[in-house]
Amino acid sequence: MDWLQQLINGISLGSIYALIALGYTMVYGIIKLINFAHGDVFMLGAFIGFFAITRWEMGFIPALIIAMVVCSIIGMIIERVAYKRLRNATRIAALTTAIGVSFLIEYTMIFFRGATPEAYPQVLPQTNINILGANINSQTIFILVVTIILMILLQFIVHKTKIGKAMRAVSHDADAARLMGINVDNTISATFAIGSALAGAAGVIFGSYYTRIDPLMGVLPGLKAFIAAVLGGIGSIPGAMVGGFILGIIETVVSAVGYSLWRDAAAFIILILILILRPAGIFGKNIREKV
Amino acid sequence: MVESKKTKRFASLFLASSLVVGALAGCSGGSGGDQGSSSSSDNGSSSNGGDSDVIKIGANLELTGAVASYGSSIAQGAELAIEEINNNGGINGKKIEFVKVDNKSENAEATSAAIRLATQEKVNVMIGPATSGNVLATVQIANDNKIPLVTASGTAPNVTENADGSINEYVFRTCFIDPFQGVIAANFATNELGVKNVAIFADNSSDYAKGLAAAFKEQIEANGGQVVAEAAYVAKDTDFKSTLTTLKSKNPEFIFIPGYYEEVGLIVKQARELGIDVPLMGADGWDSPKLVELAGAENLNNSFIINHYSSEDPDPKIQDFVKAFNDKYGESPNAFHALGYDTVYFIKDAIERAGSVDGAAIKDALAATKNISLVSGTVSVDEKHNAVKSATILEYVDGTQTFKTKIEP
Repeated sequence: MDWLQQLINGISLGSIYALIALGYTMVYGIIKLINFAHGDVFMLGAFIGFFAITRWEMGFIPALIIAMVVCSIIGMIIERVAYKRLRNATRIAALTTAIGVSFLIEYTMIFFRGATPEAYPQVLPQTNINILGANINSQTIFILVVTIILMILLQFIVHKTKIGKAMRAVSHDADAARLMGINVDNTISATFAIGSALAGAAGVIFGSYYTRIDPLMGVLPGLKAFIAAVLGGIGSIPGAMVGGFILGIIETVVSAVGYSLWRDAAAFIILILILILRPAGIFGKNIREKV
Repeated sequence: MVESKKTKRFASLFLASSLVVGALAGCSGGSGGDQGSSSSSDNGSSSNGGDSDVIKIGANLELTGAVASYGSSIAQGAELAIEEINNNGGINGKKIEFVKVDNKSENAEATSAAIRLATQEKVNVMIGPATSGNVLATVQIANDNKIPLVTASGTAPNVTENADGSINEYVFRTCFIDPFQGVIAANFATNELGVKNVAIFADNSSDYAKGLAAAFKEQIEANGGQVVAEAAYVAKDTDFKSTLTTLKSKNPEFIFIPGYYEEVGLIVKQARELGIDVPLMGADGWDSPKLVELAGAENLNNSFIINHYSSEDPDPKIQDFVKAFNDKYGESPNAFHALGYDTVYFIKDAIERAGSVDGAAIKDALAATKNISLVSGTVSVDEKHNAVKSATILEYVDGTQTFKTKIEP
């Protein structure tokens, strides 16, 4: 049952892309900014989780929560310091700033601890479960469950809470939302906080799943998550989730048929194809007519 | 339509920005070279040529970056040897001055570090980078400046021998070469483990791994075995599960994984998670304490590495070195420590025989090295400037390397 094993491999990889892609898509949805520093928040999350587990001897869940909290604060600081004053500037200025912030985070990290990679400690139990000939690791299942819970939680926040309603309103029309008495600045901060918390969670999950973390680990998954967000239609939350899973599965299939060296190329080819053929993503963009 | 235009514009921005990322990443490495160097003595300003009272040995090593553990181990080993030699009166009465430059595990940095050692520091001999790719980036500098370069662990054949069969006159090594490691691995698999159907999973981005894979394949087929699956990965990959799943479906009895510990650690872990429990084998690129951290001690059981030496080898020469190293650093030396240590003695032997610190004289003496007894074996230099010496096979048992067997050339 090779295909089942490969499907599981793809979903595990895709769930990490999806978690990061959510942050990209939420920020884009609300202020139309591609936040290239997002991949580095993911890296910071991995390191915070690492320190929580090794220095303070925490378990996986407390470490995950600490990483999410710290990352959401970092996300809000990044927005307040770097992006807020550029809200009415050209998009290229904001984008360039995002790239600048990305480098700042990466190389500050290297300055303080060097570029040597770190090995994530084994915190989750490791037993192999055999289902229909596919070997599924208990850790894989656990991580998948955590990812799905986080996604459900996000859906709940966006659709059932007041702040979620405010986020949707601001993303639809910021000026009208302000006229309705919504605090736009706080709503944008909340969006960054939630997106960064998800990236932080993805960092801890990535660390415990793939073991190796280093200060430049955010670059490639960040770009892949960007592709996933574009694939699903940037600005769309369900699109980012589906885009992440699809990208993970496509990459797995490419490796599985023996073209492992083409895997990264395949991801970028998808980006190019999507932008040429369906720039609004595979689902198209859900724009309601304003009357 | 408006939306799609915007997205297109973002696409071009994105592509442009990723170019910027690449360009910046390329040059950001260039600034720190000066801070990365340190000299163990201050009297180096005018020391060059035959009448100086010190011998300057420059080290161009991976002190930070992806394979920092190799370079810093070699530096530690070399420093121990230099300390011993200086305490015993130096070489021909001259003390050794050691200049370390960090090449950050990057080819371009290795070249500039070599230029710096050759033209600014004016060293007499260079201890070359640890990995073959980085050594290749410095070969030209050594030949042009007529400064002998000895790499402690650059095992690719083309480090000393060019594609057209010519020999890089000034380049030497104290380690054995890749094809030799590949052949040893294949013979070990056939003779000691008795396996026939094998798979190869190699790092496609390194000359080292490709060289090993080719030699292994040739030898295993000569031994009557069969390569049932071959796959490749690129350095910095983190997800190997899909390729490993494909390899598993071919039912190999043994998997040869030439590569470096950063990826190998993840490969071993993911292979065991997928239920691949056959013996795994690699070469000296696996040798790092990080490998055990990355893979997990339990997952490394039933895997083997070829190495230059073992600290458990009962040979008294090795045990004396282990003791001296332990006294200085408080840990047990790995193979890179041993090779770094040996490289200094290898150079010392040549300078003593040459009776001069002239580059050409040292080069001739290095080429004539015969049966010098070092920690990592008895070494002779052949006509291709390669070291002819023994190889050790180690088995991982609960995260520690245990001495399995020693294979003579």
